[in-house]
Amino acid sequence: MRRILQTNALPKAIVFVLCLVPLGLLLWDGWHGQLGANPIEKIMRRTGDWVLYFLLLTLTMTPLRKTSAWRWPLRYRRLLGLFAFFYVILHFLNYLVLDQFFAWDEIVKDIVKRPYITVGFTALLLLIPLAVTSTDNMMRRLGRDWKKLHSLVYIIGVLAILHYLWLVKADNRTPLIYGALLLLLLLFRTPWFDRLWKLRRFQAGGQTVADRRL
Amino acid sequence: MLIKIRKDNAILASEITDKSVYQDRRQFIKASGTLALAGAASLAGIGALSVSREARAGKKISGYKERAYVTDEPLTPIEDVTHYNNFYEFSTDKEGPAVMARAFNPHPWSIKVEGEVGKPGTYQLEDFIKPHTLEERIYRFRCVEAWSMVIPWVGIPLANVIKRFEPTSKAKYVEMVTLYDPQRMPGQQRAVLNWPYVEGLRIDEAMHPLTMLAVGLYGEELPNQNGAPLRLVVPWKYGFKNIKSIVTLRFTAQEPKNTWQVTNAREYGFYANVNPEVDHPRWSQARERRIGEFLKRKTVMFNGYADEVAGLYAGMNLHKFF
Ligand code: HEM
Repeated sequence: MRRILQTNALPKAIVFVLCLVPLGLLLWDGWHGQLGANPIEKIMRRTGDWVLYFLLLTLTMTPLRKTSAWRWPLRYRRLLGLFAFFYVILHFLNYLVLDQFFAWDEIVKDIVKRPYITVGFTALLLLIPLAVTSTDNMMRRLGRDWKKLHSLVYIIGVLAILHYLWLVKADNRTPLIYGALLLLLLLFRTPWFDRLWKLRRFQAGGQTVADRRL
Repeated sequence: MLIKIRKDNAILASEITDKSVYQDRRQFIKASGTLALAGAASLAGIGALSVSREARAGKKISGYKERAYVTDEPLTPIEDVTHYNNFYEFSTDKEGPAVMARAFNPHPWSIKVEGEVGKPGTYQLEDFIKPHTLEERIYRFRCVEAWSMVIPWVGIPLANVIKRFEPTSKAKYVEMVTLYDPQRMPGQQRAVLNWPYVEGLRIDEAMHPLTMLAVGLYGEELPNQNGAPLRLVVPWKYGFKNIKSIVTLRFTAQEPKNTWQVTNAREYGFYANVNPEVDHPRWSQARERRIGEFLKRKTVMFNGYADEVAGLYAGMNLHKFF
């Protein structure tokens, strides 16, 4: 038990299960016929939403670590990122199998011709190397390059917002809200923010959290 | 497999009043669908397309001519027709209008007739409708978003209404306007579109025998979310031409600027004829998903009404006038 707590296996397991709840709810609703008149579209949207939520959650961990005394956020960063990948795979499989039913010519046309699909697909492709290198082993092997490689997630975030913005017909309020959130999360990563944060802590007479580089 | 089941079970409009009929069918679809598509598809909920979402209190329409125009395709279940709506005046979410329009009261209702017309005036809905015989018409409905339904409308041919108001020789177009009342239509409190919603037809399109003004569907008065109390139905055009909750009929010499064209002229035109060869810039129009079916089907020119309406567009470049 002590060992479990020390290695954080238990909290991690709990978070892992929580991350599967959206899928569980989707299955539940599907089973009970609660997905409305156009279930395939509904699944497309529900899974798409969760890809975006997990991306944003993943990107929240570093700022949380920077601005708090907590150490735990960084321990969940890779897990959350992997779930973004998990849901984008579901999102894409739903598109491939249920929505298009392997109509390859249409799929290729979509990916090439429809900007919102093009950027969504690019985001999916960019997530693959990140998922593959998410193990402890890979992290060790890549060393400093790991961080460089994984800054791809910023581009993925931007592509995700573009994908959403370009697929709505007229009401772009929701994608704009998530776009603003993403912008905020990216701003936390600029030197500009670090300086601001240091200054604030300095004036407050406290120790700067940002000093303890991550 | 699933598709076949639904096809074989085409409901006749005259059976519609018996709710148990389509509910039994629904059970059947659910059971067979679950068996057929267990596994991956159960995730999709295809096996259980939908459940009755809410009791409806639709008022029956009496004394209309049944089955005046029909198709042998199976009807889209009424729950789907009434719970999957694009009606931004209430919500931009497709399930939203059914909820947000619950409190809307479409009575009393009056319609203004104006412009190039011999008998302008404001008419109470009842007086507007009374001189005409209501009839049922089963039409395909194809949304610009590439989904489609089959809907039994109740209404009157627009041509009969137009003749009655005696448009002048200058009347080349009919412009129609939706109610603007942000208190009653909460979606209008946000400038998602350029309110009020405007649509229009060329006068010959408006006079075409297929074009109708609907006051009901499935033998009942139009549910609020479907455009109560009066809406346009033009079955060979994309859904957004079928303007809802109409308060104005304006006869004009100039082509009206319809709302979606104003919003995005690159993506939406005035004509909006269903055309599998002219893609929406952001998605293909070659195929569509018939609500309730799994595989997409091919979209047909003029939504399958080419024999009747293609003549209206003889010699026109439909890639340009989309
Ligand atoms: C990181 C990658 C991706 C993210 C973050 C993402 C996110 C989203 C989001 C947020 C939505 C809208 C959900 C809503 O309306 O509530 C969506 C819809 C959609 N996405 Fe993605 N997506 C991604 C990749 C893809 C890929 C690879 C494809 C297909 C090749 C795709 C195809 C679609 C389609 C077809 C829709 C539905 C459009 C509609 O309902 O009209 N997406 N996605």
